[in-house]
Amino acid sequence: MGLKTFPGGIHPHDNKIFSKDKKIEEMPLPQKIVIPLSQHIGAPSNPIVKVGDEVLAGQKIAEAGGFVSIPMHSSISGKVTKIAKFNHPAGALVNGIEITGDGEDKWIELSSDENYMELSAEVMKERITNAGICGMGGAGFPTHVKLSPPEGKTIDTIILNGVECEPYLTADYRIMLEQPEDIIAGLKILMKIVDAKKGVVGIEANKPEAIKVFNNLLKNDKNIKVVGLHLKYPQGAEKQLIYAATKRKVPNKGGLPMDVNVVVQNVGTAIAVFEAVRYQRPLVDRVITVSGKIVKEPKNIKARIGTFYSDLLEFCGGTIEEIGKVISGGPMMGFAIPSLETPMTKGSSGLLLFNKIEAQKKKEDVCLRCGRCVDICPMNLVPSLIANHVRNDDWDSAEKFGVMDCIKCGSCSYVCPSHIKLIQWIDIGKIKVSEKNR
Amino acid sequence: MNDVFAVSAAPHVKQNISVKSVMWQVVLALSPALLVGIFFFGVQSLVLTMYAVAAAVITEALIQKFRKVPITISDGSAVVTGILVAFNINSSSPWWLPVLGAVFAIAIGKQIFGGLGFNIFNPALLGRAFMVASWPTLMTAGWKATTPMSSLFHSSINGLKNLPSNVPDVVTSATPLGVVKTLRDTTQISTDMANTVMDNLTGMNTLQDLFWGNIGGVIGEVSAAALLIGAAYLAWKHIIEWRIPVSYIGTVFILIYVFGGINGLFSASVLLPIFHILSGGLILGAFFMATDMVTSPVTKKGRLIFGMGCGILTVVIRLIGGYPEGVSYSILLMNIAVPLIDRYTTPKSFGKVKK
Repeated sequence: MGLKTFPGGIHPHDNKIFSKDKKIEEMPLPQKIVIPLSQHIGAPSNPIVKVGDEVLAGQKIAEAGGFVSIPMHSSISGKVTKIAKFNHPAGALVNGIEITGDGEDKWIELSSDENYMELSAEVMKERITNAGICGMGGAGFPTHVKLSPPEGKTIDTIILNGVECEPYLTADYRIMLEQPEDIIAGLKILMKIVDAKKGVVGIEANKPEAIKVFNNLLKNDKNIKVVGLHLKYPQGAEKQLIYAATKRKVPNKGGLPMDVNVVVQNVGTAIAVFEAVRYQRPLVDRVITVSGKIVKEPKNIKARIGTFYSDLLEFCGGTIEEIGKVISGGPMMGFAIPSLETPMTKGSSGLLLFNKIEAQKKKEDVCLRCGRCVDICPMNLVPSLIANHVRNDDWDSAEKFGVMDCIKCGSCSYVCPSHIKLIQWIDIGKIKVSEKNR
Repeated sequence: MNDVFAVSAAPHVKQNISVKSVMWQVVLALSPALLVGIFFFGVQSLVLTMYAVAAAVITEALIQKFRKVPITISDGSAVVTGILVAFNINSSSPWWLPVLGAVFAIAIGKQIFGGLGFNIFNPALLGRAFMVASWPTLMTAGWKATTPMSSLFHSSINGLKNLPSNVPDVVTSATPLGVVKTLRDTTQISTDMANTVMDNLTGMNTLQDLFWGNIGGVIGEVSAAALLIGAAYLAWKHIIEWRIPVSYIGTVFILIYVFGGINGLFSASVLLPIFHILSGGLILGAFFMATDMVTSPVTKKGRLIFGMGCGILTVVIRLIGGYPEGVSYSILLMNIAVPLIDRYTTPKSFGKVKK
């Protein structure tokens, strides 16, 4: 099988060995959870419960704040004890709803449609919208928005992202091994909703077992194929995955996958879609990898949304060394967070713990103009030059040289011999340029 | 657990590479050539190299102390400059030549612009240009009488050993490129004789000597093989990239093949370009000088243009200009053009919308 890929990219050590052979374990019911009202790209959700209300697991507790937004559901049964600002995996303090559990896990009534594939696309989409699903790969774009192309745009291919190119993370890998039928069912639903004729499951070469499982299941399926991809970071970035799988290039300057007739969804999202359409089950749990060489027992855990990272770590037996850094997500694009008292969200794919040595910051040297960042930039930018313009407060030049096209994959910072914080500068540039253009 | 952990922007893992490791790996890559230099020209080569390195490092430290900036001599960049300066002189040079060359390279070539990362010219080449301009005889002709292995040299161009005795001395006592230059310019010898000499020069014997280093020359550029081993290591470690050396050498090959013959267009044998590539420091220049990170373009297309520019200038200097070789001046001239090249070769973003 010929492996496919994209131009540029890097080869960090994948470090998946810690958790890749660990079966998904169900996390015991947490005592207390916090559902942040902003777990997605778009407007924050609006709470529809107040302190003191009793809630069931799966009950809607906040409604979407607009079209590009999602509703939130309680992931356990219990009582609303606080609505306030809480830590958020992305760093800042964000409004959230605290629910103290009653330990009984009482659920709302779920249905089951045997013949769910006969539902109309409209009904399917409505169920997805009601289930509060957003992309579970990390960015968290509301799924129903991706499935609503504007008039005139057609979708011919749905790509499922099973690449998981971030080092350490194995959550997607495990669900591909343990729930492949659900993933394919989700893919078929997605294809039906947008009337896409083709489905693609993209999997990186370091997961041969997953490729095998899907090849077996899809043997007799003419419309869905598995695409093996070279082991290279950021193979799972949306534009890079689309290019590898279809040779289509998403236009820069804010172009979307739908501009090249493609929708990309994470494999985890596909399961959420399947459960939403078949059982009308809202998205209240997900699989998250807890890893790092100092974690006593790295695991892939199925946990309720809103579970605190401290509880997850405790479930893994804590750490064997002093913690130097806590990362929500993968090591390349994840956020370093100051406290473990942070709830996981729908986009939380991993919790990583580094020791003091791994957390050490490296001194920034002057740019050698070596061009290593240019050689590997998957967006074909000149990261050093953009960072320089940002440093000089020259937003116009930063924009001209494509600061807004950067996907923040972090490859440039990874290879820089001078340890220049390129992504940090570029991020500032992105903020300043969007402020300027507002 | 109410600890507050360190936060920083992503990515949280980094490749194990630093300015220091890059520079010391370049030093490592230059060592085979130095060893060959010591083998052919004696321990004096090593002594002169040490002088140059010491001068470069001390100059850097003193200037940084004077500028009240952190002293960064441990990063190895001054060591690289020192070695490259020494590589451009011959082993019979007086001790003060590499010292002055290295001081000039660091002071005027590098620190005056603000130090590592800000210099416009390759410091070592600027040092060489300074030495050539100030002591032209020491830099070009002085070595032929005093090289410890001058006996080897006099007949070291194997292809010239069996020449008829009436070939003027000027031919047998210069570097191989000097011979070619003389043949192109001189009217002293007949066309037949010139052709014979050219044939001998581009014979397999000469080419093999040039490749392995069994030939007269300066300390660092005698053996193409030793330099290529070092270059291969740097390429493997992604410290140098193929575009500059390949476009440089490729351009020289094509242009010499077309224009290099002494009997008009396309009169050269295919071996003549190879002869040109293996002599006169082109290998050293293409792999170690033109690829200097600070003074070469950052864009991929820019690197190709830069390499081609170096190639064109080298050939122009060799065939038309006054010097037999010309690698260093062509690189220095192209250094000036780097900002311009970078400016006009900014790559298109992935998925660029055509307008």
